[in-house]
Amino acid sequence: MHPALQAIVTIIIGVGGCVGYFYFSNQFLDKVLFPARGPNAGRNITRANMIRPWLFLMPALLALGVYLAYPVVETLRLSLTERLPGGESQYVGLANYQQMFAEPKFWEAMRNNMMWLLVVPALSTVFGLLAAQLSDRVRWGNLAKSLIFMPMAISFVGAAVIWKLVYDARPVGQDQIGVLNALYMFFGGTEPKNWLTMIGPNNYLLMIVLVWIQTGFAMVILSAALRGIPEETVEAAIVDGANPFQVFFKIKVPQIMGTIVVVWTTITIVVLKVFDIVFAMTNGQWETQVLANYMYDKLFRANDWGVGSASAMIIMLLVSPILVWNVYNARKEMK
Amino acid sequence: MTNLKLTNVEKTYAGNINVLNDINLDIKTGELIVFVGPSGCGKSTLLRMIAGLETITSGDFTIDGVRMNDMPPAQRGIAMVFQSYALYPHMTVRDNMSFALKLAKKPQAEIDAAIDRVAATLQLTDYLDRLPKALSGGQRQRVAIGRSIVRDPKVYLFDEPLSNLDAALRVATRIEIAQLKESMPDSTMVYVTHDQVEAMTLASRIVVLANKGIAQVGTPLDLYERPENEFVAQFIGSPAMNLLSGTVEQTGEVTQVRVDHGGGSISANIPTRADMQGMSVNIGIRPEDMEPTTSDNYAFENVVEIAEALGEVTQVYFKRQTANANPVIAKLQGIHREVRGQTMRMTAEPGKVHLFADGQSLLYR
Repeated sequence: MHPALQAIVTIIIGVGGCVGYFYFSNQFLDKVLFPARGPNAGRNITRANMIRPWLFLMPALLALGVYLAYPVVETLRLSLTERLPGGESQYVGLANYQQMFAEPKFWEAMRNNMMWLLVVPALSTVFGLLAAQLSDRVRWGNLAKSLIFMPMAISFVGAAVIWKLVYDARPVGQDQIGVLNALYMFFGGTEPKNWLTMIGPNNYLLMIVLVWIQTGFAMVILSAALRGIPEETVEAAIVDGANPFQVFFKIKVPQIMGTIVVVWTTITIVVLKVFDIVFAMTNGQWETQVLANYMYDKLFRANDWGVGSASAMIIMLLVSPILVWNVYNARKEMK
Repeated sequence: MTNLKLTNVEKTYAGNINVLNDINLDIKTGELIVFVGPSGCGKSTLLRMIAGLETITSGDFTIDGVRMNDMPPAQRGIAMVFQSYALYPHMTVRDNMSFALKLAKKPQAEIDAAIDRVAATLQLTDYLDRLPKALSGGQRQRVAIGRSIVRDPKVYLFDEPLSNLDAALRVATRIEIAQLKESMPDSTMVYVTHDQVEAMTLASRIVVLANKGIAQVGTPLDLYERPENEFVAQFIGSPAMNLLSGTVEQTGEVTQVRVDHGGGSISANIPTRADMQGMSVNIGIRPEDMEPTTSDNYAFENVVEIAEALGEVTQVYFKRQTANANPVIAKLQGIHREVRGQTMRMTAEPGKVHLFADGQSLLYR
């Protein structure tokens, strides 16, 4: 079958299946299980309404159970076992973790992840906040916003390919198709540089890709928050003698602090899971390894399920507290 | 000395939407001027133009002779109290009140002294370390007022400051503002409201805004007793002044007018010239000035359709004489049982009868 056709069929089956499930399960509940007639009509209606929420929750609960809860437990089990030839496995305690902690590559990934953690959420939030504030003040602000938001619609791999071209290097004498090298040569560089192999800066060049993507997200959320600030508090500050900078930093930013924290932590979680960009651009070479790519290396390249799962547990351990804080703050914002 | 002067001030939005036209107003030191008018008449816009939050399209605005059109709000020597209070939600009451002083780089000791003094007068001393969200509506209102007082401005601007309070608190805060004004006799205040009770009780002079301009400026009782036009006559007072169409029957020091639609003939203490004989006019009588009579000098005689007994007064709604005649309401003192369905002959003292031609009062002709 043609792939496009296949996609359409899948969509029809998927959406139709959902509609069908909700329709027929509710019909069953109302007509067969607890019919709203007969001597117990009132009681039946009450019971049907008690069950109904579970009908709607069921598919989500099932999917989450099978694809989220079970894998967590299974990964934990795998991280504590070792595979033996012949498909058997054996409990080895924390040996996988010890082996992983002894690897310099793991600590490189850990160190890089921490750098990502510091740089990307900070830059994305700051740029997003700037874009949100400044684009509200100009007539073509909405156009600017759509442009800044557009990278959000690009997949991480797509973005990685785009930026790989930006960092591309051609031999001396040829036209540089990479924007960075083209600029470098234009401003007097002698020979094009292989940016992604430059140990040290290359990490930051990868981070820029994620900043480029996440700035749009930060901008949209913060722009909505900025618009939610009562205009009168800004006017009161102006009457009180505040200049535009003081209005922004002393009146506006404190009022949207909760939203800034939510945006910051949300991006932090994305960063902890960063995989595609590193995978597609350097694959962790030249000291750019990150935890998720390390995990992929171990699990699917080295086929070492033990150490791979152990690194997955470490990522989960790092994400969890930030996730809890994020949800806590998001709920507080909603109140 | 703080003298605010608006000369030919005009406001136009986005090039062609004209909201205020030819505003001329002279506000003197120590006055409390109230802007009233129906919603959308531009009263808040005018206040915001004085504050500097809206630009002045054309005309001049001066404070003590200094042109203020292009002066930033902070340098105009004004302080403003907003309808929603506009307290900074992330700052304590103390920080809210000290914000302007800190921006002005006043010494800390001076700031503390000012806040302690103002907090004491507004009974806010116990709340200085609270956030606005932990305060009641009335307390927030007092913080907003306190925030303007600590700056010791020349001019106070109030933008419907009481409209977010409940009825009881509104009366109490209104009295507090009146006392505040009395304690600061040299400060000038401009106050916007749509509530005519606030306007009548607080104002040294009221500015009635309507149709993009000023309908009348005067003391509260001036506006009530001698309205310049039908708009002011009907805007001030509740229920609104009754307007009955009629014709001038006899001119002179006292004018005799005949009410249309089979009404009576009533005299008004308004002098008219002989050439006004036969002129069609609107006769304005306030509901509270109407009284039943048996004499021949009366406005109309008609059936009471509805009577609302409020205890202290009875509001009586008369049947319309013709389908397109204005409804007429009278306020009778005390309780009048079984007045409904009766035919009553109503009159008013000649001194309380107003006459309007083409919307303008004959008093000012």
